[in-house]
Amino acid sequence: MGNEITGVAVVFGLAATLSWPLGRYISGVFRGTSGRFKVFTVPERLIFRFCKIDPSAGMDWKQNMKAMLSANVLFFFAAFFLLLLQGIIPFWNPGRLAGWDPIPAFNAAVSFVTNTNLQHYAGETDAAYFTQLVVFCWLQFVSAGTGIAVCGLLFQGLSGDTGSNIGNFYSLLVRSCVRILLPLAVILSAGLTLCGTVSDFGGVREVHTLENRMQQVAGGPAAPMIAIKQLGTNGGGFFGANSAHPFENPDYLSNMLENIAILLLPMALVFAFGFYLKRKRAAILFFSIMTTLFLAFTAVSVGQEVTGGASVPESGLLPGPNLEGKEMRFGPVASAFWAVSTTSTSNGSVNSMHDSHTALSGGVLLLDMFINALYGGVGVGFINFFVFVVVAVFISGQMIGRTPDLFGKKLEAREIKIAALVVILHPLLILCGTAAACLASSRQGWLNNPGFHGFSEMMYEFTSAAANNGSGFEGLHDNTPFWNLATGVIMLFGRFLPIIGPLAIAGALSVKKAVPASSGSLKIESMAFGAVLTAVILIVAALAFFPALALGPVAEYFSTL
Amino acid sequence: MNMFRIAFRFTFLSMLLFGVLYPLAMTETARLIAPDSAKGRPVYRDGTLVGFKNIGQLFTGPDYFWGRPSATGYNAAASGGSNLSASNPEFADEVENRVDSLLKYHPGLTRQAIPPDLLTASASGLDPHISLEAALIQTPRIARNRGLKEEDLETLVRDHEEGPLLGIFGPGGLVNVLELNLALDEFSKKAGPESRISSQPEADGSGSY
Repeated sequence: MGNEITGVAVVFGLAATLSWPLGRYISGVFRGTSGRFKVFTVPERLIFRFCKIDPSAGMDWKQNMKAMLSANVLFFFAAFFLLLLQGIIPFWNPGRLAGWDPIPAFNAAVSFVTNTNLQHYAGETDAAYFTQLVVFCWLQFVSAGTGIAVCGLLFQGLSGDTGSNIGNFYSLLVRSCVRILLPLAVILSAGLTLCGTVSDFGGVREVHTLENRMQQVAGGPAAPMIAIKQLGTNGGGFFGANSAHPFENPDYLSNMLENIAILLLPMALVFAFGFYLKRKRAAILFFSIMTTLFLAFTAVSVGQEVTGGASVPESGLLPGPNLEGKEMRFGPVASAFWAVSTTSTSNGSVNSMHDSHTALSGGVLLLDMFINALYGGVGVGFINFFVFVVVAVFISGQMIGRTPDLFGKKLEAREIKIAALVVILHPLLILCGTAAACLASSRQGWLNNPGFHGFSEMMYEFTSAAANNGSGFEGLHDNTPFWNLATGVIMLFGRFLPIIGPLAIAGALSVKKAVPASSGSLKIESMAFGAVLTAVILIVAALAFFPALALGPVAEYFSTL
Repeated sequence: MNMFRIAFRFTFLSMLLFGVLYPLAMTETARLIAPDSAKGRPVYRDGTLVGFKNIGQLFTGPDYFWGRPSATGYNAAASGGSNLSASNPEFADEVENRVDSLLKYHPGLTRQAIPPDLLTASASGLDPHISLEAALIQTPRIARNRGLKEEDLETLVRDHEEGPLLGIFGPGGLVNVLELNLALDEFSKKAGPESRISSQPEADGSGSY
C-alpha cells in the first residue's frame, strides 16, 4: 500500500517537474525561437515548402479559424474514406478485415479528428494495421497538433503585441507536431518497447497453452501508437482493453511512463502560458488551482477503490480493495490515479474498467470531465480553463464595481457573452443527450448494469463525447446507430465550438487598446482571484450537473450503504 | 482555394510522416533494441509456442495454478473486462459462484481467506498475475493432484514472487501464473521418488473459471 502511493506520488512529481522546462520550450516553439534545435529545422522547412506554407504570414482570428476548420474537414474525409476502403487496401491487413460501414466509420473518424478517441469498435477485430497506423496514429498526431496550435494562437491574441495578427495556424500546427509531439513520442515509444510493449507486424499468433487449448493472441505495431495516444491526450488504444492490455502496458514501469505522458503536455501548456505572456505567477496560480482539485479528486477515487467503497457485502468475504476490472500489476492505487489523470486531461485511455469502479469514484471521473479543464486536453484544456478565467474576471469585476479587464484589455459584453455560451454548451450537450437516451425505447438493451448505474453508463458516454475524452463505462453497448450518430455530432460540437469561441475572444482582445494597470485593477495573480476562480469552476460544474450526479453515482452510493 | 490547397497537401504529407514513416521507424528501432519485447516476449517449450510472458492464459485443471477470472475466457484476440458494477446483482452472483467452486476444490479453505483477486475479473481479461496469497491457497490442491509435497510447492511459489518496482514502487507480492505453471511442470518432471507422495488426481476444475 505504501509502495503503491509512493509510485503515484513519483508519477505526479515527475510530470509536474518536467512540465516546467517543457513549458518554457513550448513557449519558444510558439515564438519560433527554438531554432537551436537544428535537427527539426530541416524537416520543418521541407514541410513548409511542400505545403506552400509561409510561416511568417500572420493571420487574424477568422482566417486562422478557417484554416483550422478546413484542415480538420480534410482530416475527417481522409479518415472516413480510408475506413470505408479498409478491405481493399492490400497491405498491413494480415487478418483480411473488411471495410467499415458508414455509420461506425463516421463515428470513428469524428472521434479521432476531435482528439476524443471514443472507440465503439474493438482494435483487435475491426481495425487493420493500416487503419491503426495510417488513420488513427496519424490523427493522434494532427488532432493533438491542432489543439496545441490553437492554444498558441490564443496566447498570441492575449499578448496582443501584434494587433489583429494572432499568428499562423499552419505554422503552429507543423511546429507542434514536429518539434513537440514527434520527439516526445519517439522517446516514449522506445521506452515502452524496452518495458515489453509489443511492436511487430506478425498478425494473430496461435498459442498451444499448457492445458492443450488453442489461444489466439493478437499483436501488432502498438508501441508507436501508444506513445502518441498518451502524449497527445488522445487515448485511443491499439487493443480493446486499452492500456489495461498487457501488450500495451506490460508492467508497473510502463504504467508510470504512460501516466507521466498523460499529464505532461497538459501541465506544460499551463507553464507555457506563463512563459509566453511573461505571467509566470498567474501560471503558477492556475496550476495550483488545477492541482488542488486534481489531488482532491484523486484522494476520493483512491480512497474508494482501496477500501472497496461503501459496500462490504454481508457475505463473510474478506473486505478488500475493489479489484473488479483492475489489473494486479498496477493495483488499486495506480488504477485510480490513472483514472483521475485520464479524465482530468481529456485523455481517455484506461488501465482499469471505469464501469466497475465504485460509485463515488465513478462520480469523481464524471465530475472531472464536467469541468474538463484540470490541465485538460493538449491545448484545449488551457482554452477551457481560460473561459472559466473570463467568467471569473467578469464576476470579480461586478463585485468590485469596475469594468473588468484581463491582461490589460477591457472585457466587454461581447466577450462575456461568448464565454457564457461556451460554458453553457457543455452541460447542454451532455444533459440533452442523456435525456434523449433515457427516453429512447431501446435503452434497456444498451445497458450492462441496471438501475442508477445504468443511468450513469449513458451519462458517462455523452460526457466523454462532449469533453472529447474518449473513455467509457464500456459495458454500454454503444456500437449502434443511435450512439454512433449522437456521440459523433456531440463530439464535433464539443470540440470546435469551445475552440472557436475563445479564439473569437482572443481576436477581439488583440485589437483593443491596452488600459494601463491602476490600483483598482483586478490582480489576476492574487489569492483572492484564485478563490473566486475556484468557486466559479465548482459552482458551474456543481450547479449544472448536480441533479444528474444525484440520479447516478450519488444515488448508487447511498443505495449500497 | 488556397486554404484547402495547403490543407490538402498537409493532410497527405502528415499522413506519410506520422502514419507510415514514424511507426515504421519505431518498429524497426524496437526490433533492434529489444527484439524479444517487440514480439511480445513469446515463451517456447520444446520448440512449441506455449504462451506469452505477459498474456495470461486459461487454467482450469486441478493440477495447475489458476489465474484470475476473465470476462472473455482469456481471449487474447478480443480483450476486455466484465464492466459489471459492484451494485449489480449479477456481480454478486458471479462472486458467489467463484466462492463456491474455490471452496469445492480447496477443502479447508474458508470464505474469509479467499483473496479478492480470485473473485474478481481483470480489466483486460488477460491479467498474467495473481497475488502471492492466491497462489498459496492453491498449493494443497496441486500437491494432492500431482503427488508432490506441499512444502516444495510453497517454496516454488515463493521463488516466483515478484516484488515492487525497484523494491519501492507499486504493488508487490505478485506471481506470474504462466511462469509458475511452467516451473511447476518442470519441477514435477524432475521430482524424484523422495519428493513424491501418492497422487489422487481429481476431475477437471471449476466451470466458472
